[in-house]
Amino acid sequence: MSAVDPVYALGLAGVLFVLGLLGVLVRRNIIFVLASIEIMVNAAGLAFLAAGARWGQADGQVMFVFILAMAAAEVAVGLALALRIRRRFNTLDVDDLRKLKD
Amino acid sequence: MTVLFYIAGAVAVIATGMVITRRKAIHALLYLVVSFLALALVFYVLGAPFVAALEVIVYAGAIMVLFLFALMLIDAGRAEEARERDWMRPRAWIVPSVLSAALLAEVVYLLARGGVPGRTAAGAAAAGGAAGVGGAAGEAAAQVKAVGIALFGPYLLGVELASILLLAGLVAAHHLTVDLDSEDGETAGAADSGAPGRTRQKGGRP
Amino acid sequence: MQHVLWLIPFLPVLGFAVLVVFGHRMGRRTIAVIGAAPAGAAAAVAIATAVSFLVAPPATHAYDQVMWTWFRIGAFAPRIAFHLDPLSLVMTLVVTFVGFLILLYSTRFMRGDEGYRRFFAYMDLFIASMLILVLAGDFLFLLVGWEGVGLSSFLLIGFWYRERANGAAARKAFIVTRVGDTALLVGLLLIFTKLGTLDIQGAMAAAQSQWAQGAAVATAAALLLMGGAIGKSAQLPLQTWLPDAMAGPTPVSALIHAATMVTAGVYLIARTHVLFELSPTARLVVAVIGAATLLYAGVSALAQNDIKRALAYSTISQIGYMFLALGVAAWSAAVFHFLTHAFFKALLFLSAGLVIKAMDEEHDIRKMGGLRRDIPVVFRLFLIGAAALSALPLVTAGFFSKDLIVDLALTSVHGGVWLWLAGVVGALLTSLYSFRLVFLVFFGERRGSAPVATRFPRLVVWPMVALAAGSVVLGWIELPVHWHGWSLFTDFMASALPVPGIRAGGLLDAIAVTLIPAIVSVAGVYLAWVLFGRRRPAVAGSLVTRPGFRWLAGAALAGWGFDRLYHVALVRPFLWLAHHGQRDWIDRLVSGIAGPAAALGGLLRRTQDGRLRYYLAAAALGIVVFVAVGLLR
Repeated sequence: MSAVDPVYALGLAGVLFVLGLLGVLVRRNIIFVLASIEIMVNAAGLAFLAAGARWGQADGQVMFVFILAMAAAEVAVGLALALRIRRRFNTLDVDDLRKLKD
Repeated sequence: MTVLFYIAGAVAVIATGMVITRRKAIHALLYLVVSFLALALVFYVLGAPFVAALEVIVYAGAIMVLFLFALMLIDAGRAEEARERDWMRPRAWIVPSVLSAALLAEVVYLLARGGVPGRTAAGAAAAGGAAGVGGAAGEAAAQVKAVGIALFGPYLLGVELASILLLAGLVAAHHLTVDLDSEDGETAGAADSGAPGRTRQKGGRP
Repeated sequence: MQHVLWLIPFLPVLGFAVLVVFGHRMGRRTIAVIGAAPAGAAAAVAIATAVSFLVAPPATHAYDQVMWTWFRIGAFAPRIAFHLDPLSLVMTLVVTFVGFLILLYSTRFMRGDEGYRRFFAYMDLFIASMLILVLAGDFLFLLVGWEGVGLSSFLLIGFWYRERANGAAARKAFIVTRVGDTALLVGLLLIFTKLGTLDIQGAMAAAQSQWAQGAAVATAAALLLMGGAIGKSAQLPLQTWLPDAMAGPTPVSALIHAATMVTAGVYLIARTHVLFELSPTARLVVAVIGAATLLYAGVSALAQNDIKRALAYSTISQIGYMFLALGVAAWSAAVFHFLTHAFFKALLFLSAGLVIKAMDEEHDIRKMGGLRRDIPVVFRLFLIGAAALSALPLVTAGFFSKDLIVDLALTSVHGGVWLWLAGVVGALLTSLYSFRLVFLVFFGERRGSAPVATRFPRLVVWPMVALAAGSVVLGWIELPVHWHGWSLFTDFMASALPVPGIRAGGLLDAIAVTLIPAIVSVAGVYLAWVLFGRRRPAVAGSLVTRPGFRWLAGAALAGWGFDRLYHVALVRPFLWLAHHGQRDWIDRLVSGIAGPAAALGGLLRRTQDGRLRYYLAAAALGIVVFVAVGLLR
């Protein structure tokens, strides 16, 4: 019974990351964008974990814990911003937030 | 084991695909939970039960609850839904799909070419925890211990920084939403946030 | 005391900074303390330094303090360094002490002004700049103070900026002195290229050893530096800014005229006297300019009806005396006159300020008169100042210093009869115009409205009393040359400024030389009494009513048309050129270059359209491309 080849895990991470990227690019709703970012972050964590498993080191898992903390902080601020934007501009469309251009 | 990995991976990919194509945010989020749970299984198979548990608790649990609360507060109506449909015409998918496909192709090619050294059974065996689920409880405990020692040994500074980051996130989220209600009456994009005379409400909503 | 030199300019800078940064939260009382105290503290440090300097003179006759090297370009490494020799010491003492007294006076005088904090901040900056100027050990550092003085004078002359005329006066002061500053800058570059250093003492020593007596390069350098000096010191032909500088508050005028700004030129020439020793031509030019200016300004002062303008012209005239002294190589005499002049001119301005305040902002002396009974204190103080300005023998400090200059104009080996004569005529004019002011303002009948204020707070009067004391007794530190008494000041200065050679003369000469200016100045007072004091308030305004003289008086009132000349010869052509130059082919060329740049910018602007997703897509594309390049390589 052989273990899972870490390369496949990396491949899975790649697929998930690309899906997340696709989501960020296609969706205009901030909630979806944030969810897609979560997917990408998670995929990156998976890549760390796979690499850690490959080398038999605990560092991969440690990194995942850090990524977890980062994602938690990011999503909290991100959602707070989303709420704020919704109240202020009455929209969730990131393409509407183009004050910079004017 | 390997089969388990493939099944979980497939579920994760499909669920993720659903996440990015749903029109209703709530559906997407539920798919996202599925995706995270499948990924937790992948972690377990990869020999990281501790991280798998974290994935379930923090991602599928805490973060998703946060999303749901935000969704509830945002209160998207049917109009939003119609707009989503309008936004998600097939044409909008072409360029991002091409880009993403190219990126994926590159990653796959990289992995297939052998970009990762030492993809042998020996290397995988060295991973320890992945040897087998059945009688590996002790080994998993050793893994968790190793992670703990690493966290509070060489990575102590990182842990402290992460805690500061979390605190900063907390403070920022609080600051951004503390006087959310008072903006209800304002029209879209009217006054800026420092508008004078606005009363600062403390103590949250009723 | 060597290592506290930096404190002297630093304290006012600190006061300035504190007022600028925190002043908006302070009450008037705090602002007054923070505005005036630094100058007082700097004066204390300066006095302590002076005591230690006198008690135990350093071997080099100077304190040097090097703070750090400013920057380094090859061999050129100007330093932030302070150099204090007797010359700097006297300047520093006067600047801090008189400056402090003026600030003390201002704390009450300016009380009602809305720009109270701004005023003290600028005053501190002014004093700090002047202190940097006189203490700098390096020409480049000196230039910092020099420009700082120009800047703060601009700010203070235009202090009441809401009136257009004041802004114009400030700009005029800045631009006219800038003409001289340019000459100074060129002169410094000349010194640097020829001597390879901008360290003042080093450059002077190098000039002494490398340049021959009368060398063309020494003359050029000296004349260029003199250009800067006449700009700042308001000498012919760059004197036009000073009368207009009266637009500022009266304490500012006092500071400009007594302690800072106009004396910068005198200091600069005294500081670089080595160059002028080397060049008889430059020295002669300085002497002639001084003599011409003192006569020109004396006559002009006689015709002024604005009390402050009259005093302004008198300053030009007195600085002319200093230049005359510098021109005949009587360096220490110039500085001595600067010392006494600082006291009595500050006193006169501060008294004039009170007169103006008493008359409810009335400047015109034709509408004053009889104020002797209304404001006796101010009258006495003004009288002391005017007496010192007129150099009344023995009882005033002005006598000793001016007499020294007039004396040396003749007896110095570089002097001459014509220069002496100019000095003597100037002395007559001086006492004439000073006592014209006294008689018109304080004597006779009241010609205008009644005074609105007759009592002044102690904080205003006491600084003036201190200045008056200085105006009376300071002269005694240096007795006239022919008395063969003591000459403490010249002796003290000797290590920094060489004593001029004295031509041998008979006893009769000596008596004549000493007596004549004294007699002339007393005669001037009598003449003023005859013309303006005894009676005839109707003709008080102009010298005489005859048509020919009226034209003369008008010309003198207008400063002999220099303003008009500059306006026609310089300002108008410049404006014409500027007007016609704004759409010439050069401008079009520049616009032509800008056009495509703007178009390109417009094109690039489209990429920054604010859509986050496009940014991200671009980033993803970048990743794809770079990974592909890495893979295919």
